Amino acid sequence: MAVGSNRLSASTGDTGGNTLNLANWGDYIDPKLIKKFERETGFHVNVETFDSNEGMYTKVKQGGTDYDLTVPSEYMVAKMRKEGLLVRLDKSRLHGLSNFGTAFMNRSFDPDNQYSIPYFWGTLGIIYNDRYVRPGSIQHWDDLWARKYRGDIMLIDSARDIMGMSLVSLGKSVNTTDRPTLVAAKAKLDALTPNVKAVVADEIKMYMEQDEAAIAVDWSGEASEMLGENKHLHYVVPSEGSNLWFDNLVIPRTAKHYKAIYAFLNFMMRPENAAQNAEYVGYATPNDKAKALLPAAVRHDRQFYPDAQTMQHLEVYDDLAPKVVREYNDLFLEFKMYRK
Amino acid sequence: MRKFKWSNLYLILTFIVLYLPIGYLILYSFSEGERMTNYRGFTWRHYQELFADPRMIQIVLDTLIVALLSALIATIIGTLGALAINNTTRPSMRNTILSLNNILMVSPDVIIGASFLIFFTALRLPLGFTSVLLSHIAFSIPIVVLMVLPKLRELSGSLIDAARDIGASNVQVLKDVIIPFITPGIFAGFFMAMTYSLDDFAVTFFVTGNGFETLSVEIYARARQGISLEINALSGIMFLFALVLVVGYYFVQQGQSARKTKKRGVTR
Amino acid sequence: MTFNSVWYALLITAATLLVSYPAAYFLHYTKHKQLWLLLIIMPTWINLLLKAYAFIGILGKHGALNNLLGAMGMAPHQFLFTDAAFILVAAYIEIPFMILPIFNAIEELNEGLVNASKDLGASGWQTFTKVVFPLSLSGVKSGVQAVFIPSLSLFMLTRLIGGNRVITLGTAIEEHFLTTMNWGMGSTIGVVLIVAMVIIMLLTSERQHRKGRVIHRA
Repeated sequence: MAVGSNRLSASTGDTGGNTLNLANWGDYIDPKLIKKFERETGFHVNVETFDSNEGMYTKVKQGGTDYDLTVPSEYMVAKMRKEGLLVRLDKSRLHGLSNFGTAFMNRSFDPDNQYSIPYFWGTLGIIYNDRYVRPGSIQHWDDLWARKYRGDIMLIDSARDIMGMSLVSLGKSVNTTDRPTLVAAKAKLDALTPNVKAVVADEIKMYMEQDEAAIAVDWSGEASEMLGENKHLHYVVPSEGSNLWFDNLVIPRTAKHYKAIYAFLNFMMRPENAAQNAEYVGYATPNDKAKALLPAAVRHDRQFYPDAQTMQHLEVYDDLAPKVVREYNDLFLEFKMYRK
Repeated sequence: MRKFKWSNLYLILTFIVLYLPIGYLILYSFSEGERMTNYRGFTWRHYQELFADPRMIQIVLDTLIVALLSALIATIIGTLGALAINNTTRPSMRNTILSLNNILMVSPDVIIGASFLIFFTALRLPLGFTSVLLSHIAFSIPIVVLMVLPKLRELSGSLIDAARDIGASNVQVLKDVIIPFITPGIFAGFFMAMTYSLDDFAVTFFVTGNGFETLSVEIYARARQGISLEINALSGIMFLFALVLVVGYYFVQQGQSARKTKKRGVTR
Repeated sequence: MTFNSVWYALLITAATLLVSYPAAYFLHYTKHKQLWLLLIIMPTWINLLLKAYAFIGILGKHGALNNLLGAMGMAPHQFLFTDAAFILVAAYIEIPFMILPIFNAIEELNEGLVNASKDLGASGWQTFTKVVFPLSLSGVKSGVQAVFIPSLSLFMLTRLIGGNRVITLGTAIEEHFLTTMNWGMGSTIGVVLIVAMVIIMLLTSERQHRKGRVIHRA
């Protein structure tokens, strides 16, 4: 109880100049790194967690929080940047930007990385279980439409990703905005319906790990966790194209503790720290010098560090106009209901 | 009066079903794996990880403090509210108040949470312990009212009249007649308020901030990475602790009320 | 979607009531009834998401239930993503919220009436249908209110256990608030829910009046 009441005064009052308020996805940083950072610099880190970009965005926009750093995905970086919710990075205070691979810098969501530093990256792809699917028989998005996979596929509950998958299979961009093409993509999804077992979210991991479904469409980060738990699972990024996503460190408008912020950013860019974090989280690191420190088996894993040719076909989501986003969502909802 | 066999069998089955998932997740807190699938042999590892994680322990303490405090305050306000509603004589008035009370019950959590966020930020109230506590109190009050009100309706007017006739003041009537009678409802309200507070995710998520966090928010936030069995270990410990507390409290109370045979429930 | 929501909420409420009424009734005649009641509420203290994950483990294709069936020589079944599984888990979550008010109503029932009915020669069943059940209706009513309306706005389970085969009003609201960020639309659906609740309140309270009169005449 005594600990609790100390804590109460700490969390209601001002937190002073020695702290760093980090808003992050749950379990998305190695706690040992935070301890190391605190020991090294004397700053105290408060970690607060969120479970969706939109939830985090709402809280930054409404104010009332004191986030110094947060970790939005790329489309949210673009949205927050346009709405003036981010603080420009002072590059003279950053050391180690050259550690990052060129493929991960200067992307359309944040030209010249004026506001964001990539934290982890990944792809959207297909996970299959070799007990039910012959290895190598699924290489492309179109393979999912094969009649033999009736009731075998789980889809991630994300309008942009599943619509994007359908668009790519039609040879279109994941950033398509014209309605006829979107409607065609939705019609193609309807044709997938007999094969779809369920449309689920984070729990897809648990389902795949326990062999509930033979195939799933999900992000690489999730896939790497599944593969760690079930050795029958494999991950494929279709070579014709897919989504390339980033989670990025940014400074939101609510930031106060700039000394701590830059200390932390520099700390996390250091190769040994980024590598340790990548090993803990299991996602792919954009920090090339950190990647070099990872075990060879990880570095050369084509599933999570795809070859250059596939990389070329990957597209980053643009921040689409709200009207188009709504279109994606409405069509996706219609697809989900079509199953009935 | 006692038709033992069938009714007890039914109750036992109900309890088995109610506790099955809980037993399942506690069982997996001892599994060597990382997930609630494919049991992989016994280990204490997840418990060790839990106790080596001061942030998690802090979150548990925060969660418990919010749950207890909000349930306590909501119970007091809700009971007074129920008394007031019960005293309104016009049925239309009473129905209106009750409907207003129920609107909070039916509004989906996300809407309540978003509304509170707008409200608190408009007031420039910093998000954190206070905002979470206030919102938990607010959404717990309706359930307390709903639990206490039926008890008040059962209370016959003649009992109160009798008390008045023998010269009891308003305070005495409340303290010695009404409160003891509705105590079971108050306790039910308190427990439900705690339940709501412990279980809430959506409202808390919107109104928390500045490092203050409850267990539900943490669990949902972890879902993207997969919920580790550390959380199972934690839930197991909390559950057993609560179980011991509840059973212990019950028997202590039983012992007391057996000694003082005056009233039940008012031994505080 | 609205119709679907109402239909599933009705099924869930009916299933919950079916299990809860006998449980509350039998509970009334147990020795340490207050303790048992607390023990019925306690499972709700475990996080919903965790319980849902436990159910995924139990109901899965290779889960505990299918293993059990397999041991008895039955072929494995697909339980997850079926309506039955969804209703089962939703009812599981709601049962304590139904038992509590019904139990309280039965507790308040005047035992003298039950004895009088027996003395007048009524059978156990007659006593139950003519005396106990009508008098416990207020508890049933608040139980139904406490279960039906939250069932309309369930969202987690529709995805976790229902695999988004069921889209409820709650799913839609959640999506409008957290994905599309169209708060206006989300709130509009919320208003629909509130109106639905007011209607249910009006309906149930009127029914109670009528029943009240019946009892007086009897």
